[in-house]
Amino acid sequence: MTAIVTDVAQRATAGRIFLALLRRDINVARRELPYFLLRTTLQPLLFIVVFGLLLPRMGYVGSAYKAALLPGVLAVSLAFSSVQSVALPMVADFGWTREIEDRLLAPISIELIALEKIVAGVLQGLIAALFVLPIARLIMGPIDGLTATHFALVLFIVLLGATAFSVLGLLMGSLVSPQQIGLMFSVIVAPMIFFGCAYYPWQNLSVFPFMKYAVLINPLVYVAEGMRGVLTPGMPHMDLRAVSAALIIIIAIFWTLGIRSFSKRAMG
Amino acid sequence: MLSSAPSHGHSLPSTATIYIPSVTNAAIRTEHLRKVYTTAPPKSGRGAPGIASDASRAAADRRGGSEIVALESLDLEVESGEFFGLLGPNGAGKTTTIGICTTRVLPTSGTAIIEGADVRTQSTLVRQRIGVVPQRPNPDSSLNVRENLVFHAAYFGIARSIANSRARALLEKLGIAERSEAKVMQLSGGQQQRLMIARALIHEPRVIFLDEPTVGLDPQARLDLWTILRDLHSQGRTIVMTTHHMEEADKLCDRLAIVDQGKLLAIDTPEALKARAPGGTMIELVLDGSGEALMLDIRAVPGVSSAEAKSEHGSNSVRVYSDRGGEVIAALVTIATAHARAIRDIHLAPPSLETLFISLTGRQLT
Repeated sequence: MTAIVTDVAQRATAGRIFLALLRRDINVARRELPYFLLRTTLQPLLFIVVFGLLLPRMGYVGSAYKAALLPGVLAVSLAFSSVQSVALPMVADFGWTREIEDRLLAPISIELIALEKIVAGVLQGLIAALFVLPIARLIMGPIDGLTATHFALVLFIVLLGATAFSVLGLLMGSLVSPQQIGLMFSVIVAPMIFFGCAYYPWQNLSVFPFMKYAVLINPLVYVAEGMRGVLTPGMPHMDLRAVSAALIIIIAIFWTLGIRSFSKRAMG
Repeated sequence: MLSSAPSHGHSLPSTATIYIPSVTNAAIRTEHLRKVYTTAPPKSGRGAPGIASDASRAAADRRGGSEIVALESLDLEVESGEFFGLLGPNGAGKTTTIGICTTRVLPTSGTAIIEGADVRTQSTLVRQRIGVVPQRPNPDSSLNVRENLVFHAAYFGIARSIANSRARALLEKLGIAERSEAKVMQLSGGQQQRLMIARALIHEPRVIFLDEPTVGLDPQARLDLWTILRDLHSQGRTIVMTTHHMEEADKLCDRLAIVDQGKLLAIDTPEALKARAPGGTMIELVLDGSGEALMLDIRAVPGVSSAEAKSEHGSNSVRVYSDRGGEVIAALVTIATAHARAIRDIHLAPPSLETLFISLTGRQLT
């Protein structure tokens, strides 16, 4: 009986601690919001201006391309704000500041500390996507799939995508050393964006069959295709069930690897 | 005569079964605590998707997976309410010991029980009961001074109103109340150290660990910190502090453990340890050479209880223990001159933790 009572009390405390950790991250993120948005959304926004506004008007690309571009731009904003908001502070924390130490001393399991980072990353991904969406809408015109009836589906795909990339952030943040952070962005992140089907639908890769299957290891493909499926259903896109399954598998793999390397770094 | 002692022993078992021997008033108990750092990267790490491993692992790779034994087999017991010092040079295993006791380093084998909770299986319980002041201040630089405390309290499930009033009281007590809204990076080293102490106290832990708390502090800040620590001790808290500062250990601690190369060399009160320091005053002569004849003459000097020659890093020294303090120095100088040896340095130390430490480890502490 006492054991049960303690167990319940401990779980309630763990919940309270988890929320306190989250409150800290939200607090800090709120203060750094302008920098955060600049860092994570400027690149996709510039893409919108060049490929969604300038090139169509110059006649180099057809205006239909806008519809292919929009979901991809949102996917990139969502994915890379999630991965960055988890990975960047973590690299600094484990690399030299050790500021995370005060949270590692909290009476809560290490898995919950890592999970809190994921939740904070998902929230920041959502914020970045919500910021980019109206601007994209303004420049590129109405979005077919953005209706009230579709909303739950949009949110579902968005949450899966943000989670996958937050978990990837956990893995990267706990594996990469501060010296390699620049390398990580040019060697991993940049190819991921260009081969992530963000700026062209996956099915059109049939013109390069090898590439069409090689890019399937890239998690961004599923986020971009998922966004395409819910936002511009008229465009060619992957089956949403396949997208969801792939993202869930990716989350499971990255979490397993990520929590292992996070624990290893956290334990001295 | 002798038979009476065992008979006393026989009368005990009935009570001994009630008082379980292992349950004492110990705040901390470690048994056969051992830590080996394996620098070879674990195989599981290779599954990572093409991301280079961190620099330290790469360095370890180059060393071919050597092992570093940080702790041999440490048995310690710290009483509740005790001010306990871990004294030893760099690399003695002090920080590893603190790391294990604060659940931040996993022991390779052995057990550590903190306030009744096992660091291995009940780590969250241990964390609830301890406060930790790190070797290098690591405040959360995204938060201001007050927020550092209030958030840390929240990580322990403490309600905000209580956290706020405790934070105010602690900042006041530690003399940094006027900096409470400052960014932590604007604080001086001493102020950051105080913030770390306040943070370690905000959840009112029973045991406080401090790892080399006075390193890098100016003399005044060091004395101020001593006052703070004495005050905490007088409130009945158990304090465990590592240091390689002899005076600090001597003045503050109820009991001291001298550790070196992962081994416990001695454990006792500072007074008892000093009484164990060998043969009075230690006089160390640094010479340009040594020799058997010289040593024989030195040992023959009245008042010299023992003498040994040491030669390391190309420098020769003779360590002499004297019953008559510095009186023998004149005779030693004469002998050295007679043997045509130039004296480069003379170091004199009264019986102290320092002379004990040197006799135990064969080297200076700092």
